[in-house]
Amino acid sequence: MTVTQRYRYCWKPLVFAAAIVPLLSMLAGIFGIAGQRLGADPVEDLLLTCGKTALNLLCLTLAVTPAAKIAHRPQWLRLRRMLGLAAFSYAVLHFAVYLVLDRSLDAAMIVEDIAKRPYITIGFTALLCLVPLAATSTQRMMQRLGRRWQQLHRLVYPIAILAVWHFYWQVKRDVTEPLIYAAIVAMLLGWRLWHRRRRGGPARVTSKSGLATIPGRT
Amino acid sequence: MKAALNARYSSTEQPTAYADITGYNNFYEFGTGKDDPRRNAHTLRPRPWSVTISGEVEVPGTLTLEDILAPHALEERVYRMRCVERWSMVIPWVGFPLADFIKRFRPTSKAKYVAFRTLHDPKQMPGQRAGWLEWPYVEGLRIDEAMHPLTLLAVGLYGRLLPNQNGAPLRLVVPWKYGFKGIKSIVAIHFTERRPPTSWNVAAASEYGFYANVNPAVDHPRWSQASERRIGASLFDATRPTLPFNGYAADVASLYSGMDLRRWF
Repeated sequence: MTVTQRYRYCWKPLVFAAAIVPLLSMLAGIFGIAGQRLGADPVEDLLLTCGKTALNLLCLTLAVTPAAKIAHRPQWLRLRRMLGLAAFSYAVLHFAVYLVLDRSLDAAMIVEDIAKRPYITIGFTALLCLVPLAATSTQRMMQRLGRRWQQLHRLVYPIAILAVWHFYWQVKRDVTEPLIYAAIVAMLLGWRLWHRRRRGGPARVTSKSGLATIPGRT
Repeated sequence: MKAALNARYSSTEQPTAYADITGYNNFYEFGTGKDDPRRNAHTLRPRPWSVTISGEVEVPGTLTLEDILAPHALEERVYRMRCVERWSMVIPWVGFPLADFIKRFRPTSKAKYVAFRTLHDPKQMPGQRAGWLEWPYVEGLRIDEAMHPLTLLAVGLYGRLLPNQNGAPLRLVVPWKYGFKGIKSIVAIHFTERRPPTSWNVAAASEYGFYANVNPAVDHPRWSQASERRIGASLFDATRPTLPFNGYAADVASLYSGMDLRRWF
């Protein structure tokens, strides 16, 4: 098999299967399948599961470039789009659960929340910023936007910061978990800064043969 | 546990399942996760137990749990419980009015407030090794709130002894206030002329007031208090509006007449 075939028929399906596990587990909990049950506060349970899965996938997306660089495996970049889109999908689900189940689609309440509650404002902003990234994730858009594609997709860095901040700000007292996420995002962004300074340019992944590859190309 | 239902002060709503009441708790002395108290509270030894009564009373002293319970007939009271985190339950408590208990010690005219303190023993309460709150947990009520017939000292729920994770052996229940006012595993009650410190207020004064009356019109600085999610309700029916004083306004609103509830949140 060629690298492209290995990714198309093996690695991408595997990553996809792993990415939908949290969704399947939530569905099993909602419908009581396989003895699964949501927590005592099912809406909170779904909000947390969707939100944390989105954050986990966002961190994984951000980890692809440093990992590929350090391991000299430029082909890993082929998985980045799927991880990013999965993160976006869970963020949308997170927002949908909030709108429909937590707020019962009460428009006045939702508008007030977004305008007045800083942690909701921040989360909503992060989600809005993800939309253009998801919309321009196709091969066609990459070609059409050229250099501007990469500039646009650097938006993922502030998004990651906003997402962790959104998590941190809604915790009542025990901020251990959001601080762990903050440390991970700091490392992922810090690596880029460090790498950029060292090389005097943005991080690029080279294969063992030393050839540069186009980021995100699949 | 024998306890006659007090219908006058009981909600007719469907009580929350026993498993949820005893498995979804905020009791930071055993960890900050909702299921930590159920998993960790086995280290608490609720018997033997004693409570010290002090301050502005004519007959201070230390009473064993048996002394405390002896003169009181236990009642069952089905109360709504609204957490400041926007979730709520309906709990069939077993207990007796705090007012009946307080009268035994004959508070003086200087007793304007009642202060409560939880056990402080990191061996029994491992969560006290973490610094999320200052230990021991303390709470307080104005004397008229403490003497109100709705205010309960609970020793059981669902007709059984109070499980450790729910604040065994003796806890406070003030149904028109946010749940954190209901201090658990009480070892001391002190009568005072000055307003006592309260744990969540000390931790974050801008977010948690001394009064902490349930009020849909006064938001938490970070989230709205206008609605709540009922634990155990179906997924599409969980959210409901929060009522002023948690639905007990007819009984308690007069305690606060003339007070600006935005200021005294």
